[in-house]
Amino acid sequence: MSDYVTASGLTVGYNGKPLIRDIALSIRRGEIVTLIGPNGSGKSTILKTLTRHLAAIGGTVTIDSEDLSRITYKELAKKMAVLLTDRTRPELMTCRDVVAMGRYPYTGSLGLLTEEDQKLISDAMVMVNVLELSDRDFQNLSDGQRQRVLLARAICQEPQVIVLDEPTSFLDIRYKVELFGILKKMAIERNTTVIMSLHEIDLAEKISDKILCVKGDHIEHFGTPEEIFSTGLIGTLYDISPKVFNPLLGSVEMPAPAGEPQTFVISACGSGIPVFRGLQKAGTPFAAGILYENDVDYQVAFSLAAEVVTEKPFGEISEESLHRAMEIMDGCGEVILCDVPVGSANARIRELIDYARRTKPCREA
Amino acid sequence: MDRTEQERLIAENRRKRELRYLATFVAMAVIFVAIVILNINTGSVTISVGEILRVIFLRQGEKVTYDIIWSIRLPRIAMAAVLGGALSLSGFLLQTFFSNPIAGPFILGISSGAKMCVALSLIYYIQRFGQSSSVIMILAAFVGALLSTGFVLLLSRKIRNMSILLVGGIMVSYICSAVTDFIITFADDSNIVNLHGWSLGSFAGSTWTDFYTALVIIGVCAVITFLAAKPISAFQLGENYAQSMGVNIRLFRVMLILLSSVLSATVTAYAGPISFVGIAVPHLIKRSLNTAKPIIVIPATFLGGAVFCMFCDLIARTAFSPTEMNISTVTSIFGAPVVIAMILKRNGGVKQ
Repeated sequence: MSDYVTASGLTVGYNGKPLIRDIALSIRRGEIVTLIGPNGSGKSTILKTLTRHLAAIGGTVTIDSEDLSRITYKELAKKMAVLLTDRTRPELMTCRDVVAMGRYPYTGSLGLLTEEDQKLISDAMVMVNVLELSDRDFQNLSDGQRQRVLLARAICQEPQVIVLDEPTSFLDIRYKVELFGILKKMAIERNTTVIMSLHEIDLAEKISDKILCVKGDHIEHFGTPEEIFSTGLIGTLYDISPKVFNPLLGSVEMPAPAGEPQTFVISACGSGIPVFRGLQKAGTPFAAGILYENDVDYQVAFSLAAEVVTEKPFGEISEESLHRAMEIMDGCGEVILCDVPVGSANARIRELIDYARRTKPCREA
Repeated sequence: MDRTEQERLIAENRRKRELRYLATFVAMAVIFVAIVILNINTGSVTISVGEILRVIFLRQGEKVTYDIIWSIRLPRIAMAAVLGGALSLSGFLLQTFFSNPIAGPFILGISSGAKMCVALSLIYYIQRFGQSSSVIMILAAFVGALLSTGFVLLLSRKIRNMSILLVGGIMVSYICSAVTDFIITFADDSNIVNLHGWSLGSFAGSTWTDFYTALVIIGVCAVITFLAAKPISAFQLGENYAQSMGVNIRLFRVMLILLSSVLSATVTAYAGPISFVGIAVPHLIKRSLNTAKPIIVIPATFLGGAVFCMFCDLIARTAFSPTEMNISTVTSIFGAPVVIAMILKRNGGVKQ
């Protein structure tokens, strides 16, 4: 399969002022590519250049091996459909009228719809679950409904590439998942290329074949989600601590309370997570241990705890870790004991629990 | 509800809508005929319906009646119809262009710009050559209309807020009126009489030659507008969506502006600036059709504008007969409340 959308040496920006230089992209048919990056980093600018709403300042973009700046608008419309962030409030148009606009590149000079067009319109509306909104006035819909109707419009334009600027805004979790299901289906069944920008990096990780990391004046990286999420790229991209976003769980964590640990939490296998979150909300700095690095508690403690005493997976708890845990516990005012299943490997956790009961006020979680 | 059931419902609703379009057109056609007859019938000389039909279709009748109908009343009615349609269509195009239902040739200062240039040309021309020609008037009106439109477009680049843009248009309108008044103040008395009558707006004194000239210009514009119904419908979703569907936006914008300017300039050249028709009629039409689909709204707006202007002209002519009111007085009385109602409804309905 050859590249369907490419950019080489592309410089984008507004009013002739370059914002991002030297963008290189190669996107195949049926691929899902997501642009991520901080607010105002230029995701929309790149998308608008790809859709020809902005003229490229330098370099070239090709669609289906044709130079984007040479292609007529009409030809482009048969290849590419868009979902924009523009607020459209057309007067007195029903949802079906709006969806029907997707047939624009295919209808005759007066724009009359054939039976075939009507069928495609219905198909698209069924696909995004808006058929029952057909006769409703588009202006009176909720933002989420409007977004889905506009998606149906893009679908019935039968594009080879669909470009979506922040398509998930206004959508609740169910429709987000549905939207991605639809996009995936289009990618697989119709071999449609999907290019979109997203703020939800966790979703980007799960839906995309490739991710373009856009950072203000340059492209930080263009590659597979695995490449991007296994390294510290996200932290660099958004200027955040690597503790804020956990790529393994795809979860966003609040920053850990600052200061020396005041509470020590002994937990395992997820029993500590609600306690960690509770302490974080109360603003109490805490330490956690002894946690195996493959324990789900460890993933959250890593983000929220001031200190974590860890042990390598499946090994026995070492003397060293035990002492370190006790040392930290000595500095804490109290200990919270969660439910800890004890097996042969972590048998020595009992010693830590006994030590806690002897020396500190203990609380069962 | 399963899909077939829903599709049946959708098809049924579509038929209902089509019926509504048909009913609206039939109703307008009936009103059109009624107003034409009423218009010929009433005046300083009352002519019976039988007489009217005989004069028009059989071309027979008393000389006086025949002349009143063929030389005075009919050309005036025809002119009111064509110019009214043009004005409404111009309003519809401007509303599409600015995506604002309150845009119109009068509010945006386009009529006043045309008026200013016509006044200038009238005085200059009459001083030079003793009389003016309709071609010069139309050209002057067109230049004036384009000047105002150009200015409003410049404003619209700087101003994203549409209501402020409208205020800008109103200001343009005031500036042009001030210039026109200034010209009138320093013009010869004989010119003023001429100018004053015209600048207030009236269909009086229309001739068949005027009508045919206007008809050709307006007819061409109206046909082009109708053929552009498809890109106009795409434009209703916004400029960016329209482009993504294959509309060459730059070309399309230029076309919209030229069409609306030519339409309102022609009206202004012949009948002076006429207020509110351009806003009120498209709105009333869209409401009664309950759609904004250009392919239906464009012919309906033209027909509606014709009916509205003939009706207003009838009132201007007969309400305080023998004194005639100027046409804007009447269109304002009927048009302004519609616009106010529209603004109220808009603020109550859309804001959520």
